[in-house]
Amino acid sequence: MTRKQKRLSLIAAAGLVLAASAGLILYALNDRIVFFYTPSDLAKQVIGPGSRVRIGGLVDVGSVDKSALPIIRFSITDGEAKLPVVYKGSLPDLFREGQGVVSEGIVTSDHVLQADTVLAKHDENYMPKEVADVLKAKGVWQGGAPK
Amino acid sequence: MIVELGHYALVLAVITAFAQFVFPLWGAVSRDASLQSMARPSAFVTFILVGLSFGALTYAYISSDFSVANVVMNSHSTKPLIYKISGVWSNHEGSMMLWVLILVFFAALVALRGDGMPERLLASVLSVQGSITFAFLVFIVLTSNPFLRVGDPPPDGQGLNPILADPGLAIHPPLLYLGYVGFSVAFAFAIGALIHGRIDAVWARFVRPWTLLAWIFLTLGIAMGSYWAYYELGWGGWWFWDPVENASLMPWLMGTALLHSTIVMEKRDALKVWTILLSILTFSLSLLGTFLVRSGVITSVHSFASDPGRGLFILGILIVFIGGGLLLFALRASTLRQGGLFAPVSREGALVLNNLFLAASTVAVLVGTLYPLVLETLSGSKISVGAPYFNLTAVPLFIILVVLVPFGQSLAWKRGDLLGVMQRLLLAFGLSVLAALIILAFTTGGPVMAPVGIGLGLWLILGSATEVFMRVKPQRFDLRIMIARALGLPRSAWGAALAHAGLGMTVIGIAATAWGVEHISVTKAGERIAVGPYVVALESSFKRSGAGYREDGARFLVTRDDQASGALETSKRVHAGREMPTTEAGIITFGLGQLYASLNEILPDGRVSVHIYWKPLVTLIWGGALVMALGGALSLSDRRVRITAAERVLRSSVKNRGAPA
Repeated sequence: MTRKQKRLSLIAAAGLVLAASAGLILYALNDRIVFFYTPSDLAKQVIGPGSRVRIGGLVDVGSVDKSALPIIRFSITDGEAKLPVVYKGSLPDLFREGQGVVSEGIVTSDHVLQADTVLAKHDENYMPKEVADVLKAKGVWQGGAPK
Repeated sequence: MIVELGHYALVLAVITAFAQFVFPLWGAVSRDASLQSMARPSAFVTFILVGLSFGALTYAYISSDFSVANVVMNSHSTKPLIYKISGVWSNHEGSMMLWVLILVFFAALVALRGDGMPERLLASVLSVQGSITFAFLVFIVLTSNPFLRVGDPPPDGQGLNPILADPGLAIHPPLLYLGYVGFSVAFAFAIGALIHGRIDAVWARFVRPWTLLAWIFLTLGIAMGSYWAYYELGWGGWWFWDPVENASLMPWLMGTALLHSTIVMEKRDALKVWTILLSILTFSLSLLGTFLVRSGVITSVHSFASDPGRGLFILGILIVFIGGGLLLFALRASTLRQGGLFAPVSREGALVLNNLFLAASTVAVLVGTLYPLVLETLSGSKISVGAPYFNLTAVPLFIILVVLVPFGQSLAWKRGDLLGVMQRLLLAFGLSVLAALIILAFTTGGPVMAPVGIGLGLWLILGSATEVFMRVKPQRFDLRIMIARALGLPRSAWGAALAHAGLGMTVIGIAATAWGVEHISVTKAGERIAVGPYVVALESSFKRSGAGYREDGARFLVTRDDQASGALETSKRVHAGREMPTTEAGIITFGLGQLYASLNEILPDGRVSVHIYWKPLVTLIWGGALVMALGGALSLSDRRVRITAAERVLRSSVKNRGAPA
C-alpha cells in the first residue's frame, strides 16, 4: 500500500467508528433520556404509557403509608397537583414528609407513579436543584438556597 | 502566627508561580539561557511555599484552631487525628489547596528530573506548569481562601460531614488528584513542545513515565471512590453514572488512550500530532472535571458549598487553558514532521483502533454528562441521563475494544501477521467461548450478558497469558529456558499483560453483577430469608452509642446449607450535632462475592425492614483495578521506561552489547 492508501484506510476506520458512535449517541439521546416534571406539569402533559419520567416536588405531609411494607406509598406535591407514588425499595436517609424529593419510574394508566428510584436531598442545606427551582417558581418554598 | 505564615506563603507563591510562568517562557521564546535557567529554582521555591502553606493549614486543623473559619466549619476538637488531617481536604477550599499542592509537587519533580532534557524544552514545560499554578493560586486567594479568620472564635467546630468521616477520605481525594493533576505534566510537555517546536521519540520517552504515573493514581483513585461509595452510601451500587463519576472517568479513558499512543510515538516515532492532541485533551478533561465538581453546576455529594463567582472563575481558567492549548495546537501542529510508516494491520494500527474506541467512548460519556446542562440552559427542559443512555453508547464501544485488545497485544510492530496472531490466540479464544457456553448452559433462563461478559473477561486474561507464553516459549519445550526467558522479559511486557488481565478481572466482576440477587423484606426475629446461596435471619435489633454517634441497628445471622457462616450488622447512625442519619451497611465477603445488608428502618413492633444483596464475584471489580494499577507500576519500574533519554544514550555508548529489546 502506498502512504496515501494507508492514511485513507486509517481515516476510513476512524470515520466508521465515529459515525457508529455518533449514531448510537443520537439514538440514545432520543430514546434513553428521562424528562423531569412536576405533578402539575404531568397533569397537563400527554405521556405515552410505559415511558419513564422523573417527578420532583415535596413529599405530601401525611401521605406516607408504610402499612404494606416493603411497599411504600406516598404522594409528591408541588402545591397545585399531587401524584401518588408506589415504591418498593430503600428510601434515602433524608426522606421526610414535607421535604424535597425526586422520584423516577413509570406512570401507569390510572395516574400512579410506579417508582424504582427515590432520591432526597443530600444534606441539611441541600434541596435537589430541580425541585428547588420549581418550588421557588411556584412560590411554595422560599427556603435558603443551597448555602 | 503559623496560620498567618501559611497565608503569607500562599500569597508569595502566587508571585513565584508568576515568575515561573513568565521568565522561562520569555527565555524560551527569545532563546535567552539565563532566563530559561530561572525555571527550575522558581518551581522549587513555589513548591516549598505551597507546601508550607498547606502545612500551616494542616497545623490549624490538628491544633483545632477555631479562629480559622475553615477549621470551624469542617473540624471538631474531639475528632481522631486522621479525620483532623483528612478534614483539611474535606471542603472546597482545602481540596483546592490539595489540588495545587499536587500540581506544584509534579512541577518540582519535573524540575528535579530534568537533567537530561534540552534546557529550552524544560523551561517551556515548567513555564506552562507555572501558568496553571498561578491561575489556581489566584483562584484560591481571591475566591476560596482557607486562611480567613472568624471575628469571634467559637469554642468548638461544627465537625466533619459524617459521610466523610471515613478512612476513605484520607485516601480517595489524594489518589484521585494525583491522577487528575498528574496529567498536567503531559499537558505541559505538549504545550512546551509546541513552543519548543521539536517533537520526537525522545519527547515521548520523557512524557511516558509521567502519563503512566498519573494513570496509575487515577485508576486507584476511581476504584477507591467506587468502593467507598459502595460501602458508605448504603445504596448497594458501585457506579451510578453520576456526573461527578463521569468527570473522573473521562480523563481516565482519554489518559488510557494517551498512554497507548505515547508508546507508539516512543517506539515508532508515529502518531505525533495525535499524541500531542491527546495530551492537551486529557488534561482539559481533568480541568473540566474540576469545573463540574467544584463550580456547583451539578449537585452531588461532592459539590461542597458553591457560589457562582467560583464557578465563573474556574470556567475562565478552563477556557484559557483548553482554548489556548488547542489554539496553539492548531497553529503549530502542521509544522510537526511526519513520523514512521506502518501498515494498517500492525501493532500501531491496533493502537490507533484502541485510541479511536477510547476517544469515541469518552465523547459518549461527555455528551451524556453535559447534555442535560446544555439542554436546560437552552430550552429550560430538565432531563436526566442515566445508566440506560450509557449502557447503549459507551458500553458497546468498550465491548468491541475488549474484543480487540488481545489481537493488538500480539501483533508485531510496523507490519503484523493477522493470520498468525489468530492462530496463536485460537486456544485462548476457544477456551473463553467454551467457558461462556458452559456457564450459559448451567444458568439457562438467567441473564445472557453475564456469561458473555465472563467470556470477554477470560479472553482478556487468557490473551495476556498467551502473549507472555509465546514470548518465552522456546523451540522445544524446556522449562529452564522458559523461566530464564520469563525473567528476562522486559517488565513493561509483564506490566502490559498484567494490566490487560486486570481489565479482564474487572469485566468479569461487572458481568457477574447480572447474577446479583437483592431482597427487600420486613422480617421478624428468626425468620429465614434466602438470598442467593445464603440464608439470612434476624437475630436481634440493638441500640448503642459510639464515639460521637448513637445508632439503631439490626444483627443478622448468616447460614449456608445450615452451617453458620457469619453475622451481618447494619444500622442507622445519628452523629452528634447533625440531624442527618447515615446508613451503615453490613458487608461480609465470601470468596470473591459479598453479602451486603442495608437497614431501611426498625418498626415500632420490632420488625426490621432491610435490603439484602448477594453480589457474586463483585470484589473482582476493584481487584481488577488494583491489578491494572500494579501492571502500570511494573511498567513504570522498567528501566527502559524510567531512565531518561540522556542516561540511555550515555549507557548504550558505554555498553553496546546486551539482549535485543
